Amino acid sequence: MRPTSPFNVRFEAVMELENLRFGTELLKRGFAKMQKGGVIMDVTTPEQAAIAEEAGAVAVMALHAVPADIRKMGGVARMADPAVIEEIINAVTIPVMAKARIGHFVEAQILEALGVDMVDESEVLTPADTFHIEKTKFTIPFVCGARNLGEACRRIAEGAAMIRTKGEAGTGDVSQAVLHMRAIMSQIRALKGMDDVELAKVARDIGAKYELVAECARMQRLPVVNFAAGGVATPADAALMMLLGADGVFVGSGIFKSENPRAMAIAIVQAVHNYDNPQVLARVSKGLGAAMKGLDASTIPEGEILQSRGW
Amino acid sequence: MYKIGVIALQGDVSEHVDAMRRALGDKGIVVEVRKAGEIPECDGLVIPGGESTTISTQLEKGGMVGELKDFVSRGKPILATCAGLVLVSSTIEGDSRVKPLGLMDTTVDRNAFGSQKASFEADLAVEGFETPYRAVFIRAPVISDLGRAVQVLARVEDKIVAARQGNVLCLAFHPELTEDRRFHQMFMSELEA
Repeated sequence: MRPTSPFNVRFEAVMELENLRFGTELLKRGFAKMQKGGVIMDVTTPEQAAIAEEAGAVAVMALHAVPADIRKMGGVARMADPAVIEEIINAVTIPVMAKARIGHFVEAQILEALGVDMVDESEVLTPADTFHIEKTKFTIPFVCGARNLGEACRRIAEGAAMIRTKGEAGTGDVSQAVLHMRAIMSQIRALKGMDDVELAKVARDIGAKYELVAECARMQRLPVVNFAAGGVATPADAALMMLLGADGVFVGSGIFKSENPRAMAIAIVQAVHNYDNPQVLARVSKGLGAAMKGLDASTIPEGEILQSRGW
Repeated sequence: MYKIGVIALQGDVSEHVDAMRRALGDKGIVVEVRKAGEIPECDGLVIPGGESTTISTQLEKGGMVGELKDFVSRGKPILATCAGLVLVSSTIEGDSRVKPLGLMDTTVDRNAFGSQKASFEADLAVEGFETPYRAVFIRAPVISDLGRAVQVLARVEDKIVAARQGNVLCLAFHPELTEDRRFHQMFMSELEA
């Protein structure tokens, strides 16, 4: 169809499809920026996805089992069934993300082919490689976990458009997400006022590119969006992470392992929007039923710790 | 001194605040608007990009819908980008949880270009601009139908991606993510009119 506007004369010359550019860093990082101030919820069925969307989630993360169940089941955790991912994509209008194993670039290619909006290269699944995915080669953006500034910068250098704390997924224990967010923020604060030589030494010490460390020093934040994840289970947990500097929050098992998922989902969204208002936090935290039972992260045997996956 | 408010419920708020500050220079200040009562104090407003379902829910819960309608009827300018373009419309195609504000006589198709894989950058010919405008489309909506009062400013093929109706300017793309300030200047000329 030809444009019918009186102003259309010049449009036809310019807007041919070959002039469009896809998958640029600006588009990838831009997508992540649109998630800021929001809650991204783990879902395993289209019904759960609909509940998440209705509660005000900015996106959903499609996976075959929430992290708490992955822990319980043991075995190898892989990308979710493409049929389920497709059903979830069809059930909602908000963006759909999905997890691929660390280093498993073919799972990521399949997710891209399915029309997933963002891939989470996640330590919650069983790693496939000691190397992470070369993410710059993809059209869609990636989010990756990090425990400190070095990990965050390495993932960004590989092309991650968004970082999240690793925390300790599937525990409902927020302490590890707190630890990782504090580590990243305090490492960035410590860069303030350093000269080039000092920044170069930090970059060497933490195994990061100098340019990224210098950018963090200048911006006083990561150059990409930084969310909290791994153990967020209550509205108070979500608000805590926002006050520690998170741009938004991922909630994994915290919603659909709670007694009343619908109420918990709405309450956590409200908590992220009103993180600095204790009155509102008190109101939205009332009468939610039991939060997920959870697991004290300090009691987990070493072989079952997820956050040490990746480097 | 003008006071410009950026609706700060969800989305790329800080990018809009920074972009508007640079555009305004010493002509005014930019504030984040998070609750009812703050909108009437502003001279101009920005509705940022983000998830329109989420922002819509928060506008309702925060009691800000009436204030926004009142703001427009008093002739004050609004710049609405991406999710903002969806929110200011009067009708949204398909089964949608977004309640449109009805600030423009437009019908919107929310994810007209598809998923993030189809997000793109393009040089856009814009009505009134001498040279092309580099536009960033992220899961962008389009205007699929419009009333007579709406002026079309730009299209991608046959899809309308920028338009204005009186004091409301809406863009399917993100002027806050690039350095070109021509749409901000358009907004400011409405502010100063």
